[in-house]
Amino acid sequence: MAMFKSLMAWVDERLPVTQAFEKHMSKYYAPKNFNVLYIFGVLSLVVLVNQLLTGVWLTMSYTPTAEGAFASVEYIMRDVEYGWLIRYMHSTGASAFFVVVYLHMFRGLLYGSYQKPRELVWLFGMAIYLALMAEAFMGYLLPWGQMSYWGAQVIISLFSAIPVIGPDLAQWVRGDYLISGITLNRFFSLHVIALPLVLVALVVLHLLALHHVGSNNPKGVDIKKHKDENGVPLDGIPFHPFYTTHDLVGIAVFLFVFCTVIFFFPEMGGYFLEKPNFEAANPLKTPDHIAPVWYFTPFYAILRAVTYPLFGVDAKFWGVVAMGGAIAILFVLPWLDRSPVKSMLYKGWMSKIALTLFCVSFVVLGVLGVLPSTEGRTTIAQIASVVYFAYFLLMPWYTKWESTKPVPERV
Amino acid sequence: MKKSIVLLIVALIPMFALASGGNAFHLEHMEPDLHDKTSLQRGLQVFSNYCAGCHEAKYARYERAANDLGIPAEIFEANLLPAGKKIGDLMSNAMNAADAKAWFGATPPDLTLEARLRGPDWLYTYLKSFYEDETRPWGVNNTVFPSVGMPNVLEHLQGVRHMTCAQAPALDEHGKPKFDTLSGDVLTEEQCDVVVQKTEGQLTEDEFDQLAYDVTNFLVYMGEPSRLKAESLGIKVLLFIVLFGVFAYLLNKEFWREIH
Repeated sequence: MAMFKSLMAWVDERLPVTQAFEKHMSKYYAPKNFNVLYIFGVLSLVVLVNQLLTGVWLTMSYTPTAEGAFASVEYIMRDVEYGWLIRYMHSTGASAFFVVVYLHMFRGLLYGSYQKPRELVWLFGMAIYLALMAEAFMGYLLPWGQMSYWGAQVIISLFSAIPVIGPDLAQWVRGDYLISGITLNRFFSLHVIALPLVLVALVVLHLLALHHVGSNNPKGVDIKKHKDENGVPLDGIPFHPFYTTHDLVGIAVFLFVFCTVIFFFPEMGGYFLEKPNFEAANPLKTPDHIAPVWYFTPFYAILRAVTYPLFGVDAKFWGVVAMGGAIAILFVLPWLDRSPVKSMLYKGWMSKIALTLFCVSFVVLGVLGVLPSTEGRTTIAQIASVVYFAYFLLMPWYTKWESTKPVPERV
Repeated sequence: MKKSIVLLIVALIPMFALASGGNAFHLEHMEPDLHDKTSLQRGLQVFSNYCAGCHEAKYARYERAANDLGIPAEIFEANLLPAGKKIGDLMSNAMNAADAKAWFGATPPDLTLEARLRGPDWLYTYLKSFYEDETRPWGVNNTVFPSVGMPNVLEHLQGVRHMTCAQAPALDEHGKPKFDTLSGDVLTEEQCDVVVQKTEGQLTEDEFDQLAYDVTNFLVYMGEPSRLKAESLGIKVLLFIVLFGVFAYLLNKEFWREIH
């Protein structure tokens, strides 16, 4: 013990390890009233580490060429020791990432975690989400199955809907006239190097910004208002050991569900691994029904819901605009919410109904995005898209008009 | 006017063809049993004798199948390994893809992942659903896969079947049999797409069903050879997580006792 202390003293003189540990763990005071929804941030980190580690091992045996990619994935599944496990951890991890991130974002909407002074925390979080979508999209091409190929074909062709520069832009992204080994290679590079670097950097910024302003809580009470004589918030508790032990329980529950999927239902009924992807990519054979993976389907449904040409430009272009807008509008959320209170507990009935409708529309869009479109479904998707946007666009009014309840001084 | 009517008819023909050849068939359910080693071994035998000549399974290795199915290497090499192959090889074959396309109209698909692509029910029903059709190049067609390019290689075992008009259970719009409301008996009606046995094959119907089951079961195994290992390891992992969770819970409780 004495040896450890002197070692740490030696290190601390040269690198602020103890200071950093105190700032971010043992003397980072978090509100003591976190509920179960506060686990998803930590779980995203767990899944991120899972993706990084399994990704490193997958890369050891994967061949990023149009000729070899599909066979190398099956080689991993059959000939590499525990390759099947590593691959299922990675493929299930991709879906799990979006599950926990969506719940994490929902928590933010529910308790106003994006409000002042946490705007940058939210912005970094949104940037993470954007990078994550790019990462998932590029990763999905790598197994080089039919759905990998045609899914990428559909999404990249969206660029060609942009007037004037569209077709050239799409070709520039693909690096070829159609999706080919060249596209696969650049997606591989971006998937295993560029985007993971960006993701990790953004996660660091997200956490640094959070630890600078402190965590919000279900009541939206500012715990820094009431401190004891040592400057410790009265309603705060050190993150370590209280929330580290708390999170261990949450991680165990998460791992139980996660591992159940990995070991028993890795295809998850065709939603985590789509059935057409068990056939190698064939540029000459279009599948009957091209559906993106479930985590993209809400936005895909918005894309398809736009069926009117406008200003002489194709409906497809406006669909792309709507889809992009659906994601972009999330970025400005902190400036749309004019409510004097953070938490949904103290907001008025309009905010409560708006958030409920928004969640319903998001799920409805997600379901519609999986299904082939019919006239009736397109109508439902259009209504749900309007609800989706109305939640944001009307927010400045309903959050201002409605009467709120007083926020208590203490948690 | 006449011209436009002809055009309309020409335009509509593919629609009718699609409508008649659509997904109107009923799939028989097949529950794979990967623990039934003898079924898997018989399935491998059928696969080697009847399928592997044209279909590859080029992502799977002979040795893996031999080991997983409990077939000693010397017996496998003597009886099931194609000439010129080593037991560690992938299950590819010598058929040229371009030739195959000329002979069958399409290259026979690789079967390694066919069960994961189409599902066991589809494979099982498909194998049993060939019928005589003189309009097709190989004299057979398939109710599950209309205009299929594959000849019925199991015909001598199953016997010849043909499509005819016969009394068959009437189905409602959900594909479920209709019942007489008074007697509770299944209602029948004359249908002209009923496939019936024309000549007997070497196997009885039950024996042939078993063969179709076995080879489907083998293809399910081959689609994901790690399935059984995943499940046995999965249980151990889940038990460990539960144990870990109990200790994590107790540790958490101990720390949080002082927080109010």
